[in-house]
Amino acid sequence: MSKFKSLVTAVAAVGFMASTAAHAGATLDAVKKKGFVQCGVSTGLPGFSNPDEKGNWVGIDVDVCKGIAAAVLGDASKVKYVPLNAKERFTALQSGEVDVLSRNTTWTLTRDASLGLNFAGVTYYDGQGFLVSKDLGVSSAKELDGAAVCIQAGTTTELNLADYFRQNGMKYQPVVFDTSDQTVKGFEAGRCDVLTSDQSQLYALRLKLSNPSKAVILPEVISKEPLGPVVRQGDDEWFNIVKWSLFAQINAEEMGVTSANVDKMKSSNNPNIQRLLGTAGEMGKLLGLSNDWAYNIIKQVGNYGEMFERNVGQGSALKIQRGLNALWTQGGIQYAPPLR
Amino acid sequence: MQSSPQPQVKPRKTGKWWNDPKIRGIFYQVLAALAVAGFLWYITNNALTNMEKRGITTGFDFLSQPAGFGILQSLIDYTEADTYGRTFLVGLLNTVLVSVVGIFFATILGFIMGIARLSHNWLISKIATAYVEIFRNVPLLLQIFFWYFAVLQALPGARNSIEIGGSAFLSVRGLYIPRPVTEDGFGWVIAAFIAAIVLVIAYVKWDHKRQQETGQILPVFWPSVAMLIGLPLIVYWLAGSPMHWDYPELKRFNFAGGIRIIPEFMALLVALVIYTGTYIAETVRSGIEAISHGQTEAALALGLNNSQRLRLIIVPQAMRVIIPPLTNQYLNLTKNSSLATAIGYPDLVSVFAGTTLNQTGQAVEIILMTMAVYLTLSLTTSAFMNWYNKRIALVER
Ligand SMILES: N[C@@H](CCC(=O)N[C@@H](CS)C(=O)NCC(=O)O)C(=O)O
Repeated sequence: MSKFKSLVTAVAAVGFMASTAAHAGATLDAVKKKGFVQCGVSTGLPGFSNPDEKGNWVGIDVDVCKGIAAAVLGDASKVKYVPLNAKERFTALQSGEVDVLSRNTTWTLTRDASLGLNFAGVTYYDGQGFLVSKDLGVSSAKELDGAAVCIQAGTTTELNLADYFRQNGMKYQPVVFDTSDQTVKGFEAGRCDVLTSDQSQLYALRLKLSNPSKAVILPEVISKEPLGPVVRQGDDEWFNIVKWSLFAQINAEEMGVTSANVDKMKSSNNPNIQRLLGTAGEMGKLLGLSNDWAYNIIKQVGNYGEMFERNVGQGSALKIQRGLNALWTQGGIQYAPPLR
Repeated sequence: MQSSPQPQVKPRKTGKWWNDPKIRGIFYQVLAALAVAGFLWYITNNALTNMEKRGITTGFDFLSQPAGFGILQSLIDYTEADTYGRTFLVGLLNTVLVSVVGIFFATILGFIMGIARLSHNWLISKIATAYVEIFRNVPLLLQIFFWYFAVLQALPGARNSIEIGGSAFLSVRGLYIPRPVTEDGFGWVIAAFIAAIVLVIAYVKWDHKRQQETGQILPVFWPSVAMLIGLPLIVYWLAGSPMHWDYPELKRFNFAGGIRIIPEFMALLVALVIYTGTYIAETVRSGIEAISHGQTEAALALGLNNSQRLRLIIVPQAMRVIIPPLTNQYLNLTKNSSLATAIGYPDLVSVFAGTTLNQTGQAVEIILMTMAVYLTLSLTTSAFMNWYNKRIALVER
């Protein structure tokens, strides 16, 4: 199924590239015209992008898309989600099937420079880790020589894994699946000894196991995985909008503006907050949006911290610490350029 | 196209050269060919220009870049440090492997089931019918999933492997069997085997001649088998058994040593064989049914027994009818093997049009190369089958 999908998207990409060339502003116009943002998400990864019991998409990556919809259309619910596995995602974005890809995607040089894409920021600083079943009695990744490893095709995970084992003079058997569901199934069936992925995703995938307490996450983190939203190259206006939607959320957290107090904050006399919420200056206009763009994001989706805690932090089943993802003012590295 | 081609045919008495249907025919064909070529050139050029504009890398340079990812099964030496070009080869060989082995077993299964369906034994023919009806009507992808997720992943883990004959082990990790390791002097055994083949061919020829002269038939099958197995075996023993076995051994995580047959391969192979076997069975059945009943009666009148009748009269004639659709089934099997990616068998589509495409992003080049491969594989298969068809058509006369 998915093979056909990726083949079809690849062929569609060729067809699309053959027919049109991008022009700046095209995406914004198109989004306004159709009335929703087409957003590429994962096929199901708790905390990041996953359908809930009612079939609504939830997660931190989903909230990024909602933020963009709130900024552009004034309504966070105007998003259409396209589930994509790791192999399909870039072709789907290149071919115009989605307006933005918000699917735990790592920012790397190759992807930035050769795929015709632009990374618009970092929603989550991650790193690759290993999940093993408890009864293997392994306590370090260095003991994994000869293990069979379940991974997902088309990820940085695949490449880091090869590097790590080579560097440490160890051998492994890669067992490659198309979706995280299949990867988890393969791990549970014992097809592999180890499941490797971005660490946050290991916490998420562990929830999918029938008995999560039987698996442990090893201490080693073997790579840097800055995950963020991606857009097509060549449409700088849209690139800016996506970039600054996320920056607005991070800045809002820094300024203490939340979805709960945003209305009250509108009468704040702090010039930074006034610029953010559009009560002073013309920030929205510069982006091609209305001046209450950031107000809409924060009112409807919340600031970065709210988004984090709700989806992957203490308010969620994943219970991930802020760690690297705390604001720079609080020991983390989340930092947004000034909104002025 | 403006330069008018000179008429090569002798001018007719009446009418101008442009009314000559032959010249017109050529003219329109050239025109059509040019239009197609021009169209292809246009879209390729357009795609490349646009991709460049969007900052998407194009060209085939990536083939010499290091790939940096591992592949589960490879018939040639492969490590992460090898190039993307090599991943192409690895994937291609894995596709060829599963296709060739699949075609082999599907043919055997299909012929058995096709003939069984025509059996006068009620039970046998019903079993064959049920087989065909069930497996032909369930989508192949589901069958692959069934064998992989429902059957093979339900096997015990590596430590609780099912032991077969003390030296082979079946688990969720696949089938591990001992690997023969040849030593000095094994060349003699191979030579003996080749000699046995030559002897068998000579024997068959001689037997034919003798039959034509005297009308007597000597047994062929069992003597040939005895020769093919016996001679190498004797030489093996004389040469001092120049071979030993490398047995799989349980290590910390997995078995090591021996030959590993990965479950992804098994599931894909079983599904392809069973699925394609149904179509081959139908092809065989219709081929046999196409032979007029008179042939059977004539064979009976000559006093041929059942197996002789099938082997000497029916099947050779039926083959003529069977070969063309059989070729189709072989092509289908090869193309269907690309469903491998659904369970992660590292075939061409999974490795090259999957991982390599994703890591390099060069969709156009990679899809083109992949399509070219399937086209070549298909054309080669049909060329071979056409050649074979011609050959047996001659024999039949
Ligand atoms: N961050 C890595 C890995 C991303 C990735 O695909 N991770 C898997 C985790 S196993 C996933 O999210 N799968 C969900 C899906 O296939 O929809 C990358 O960008 O290459």
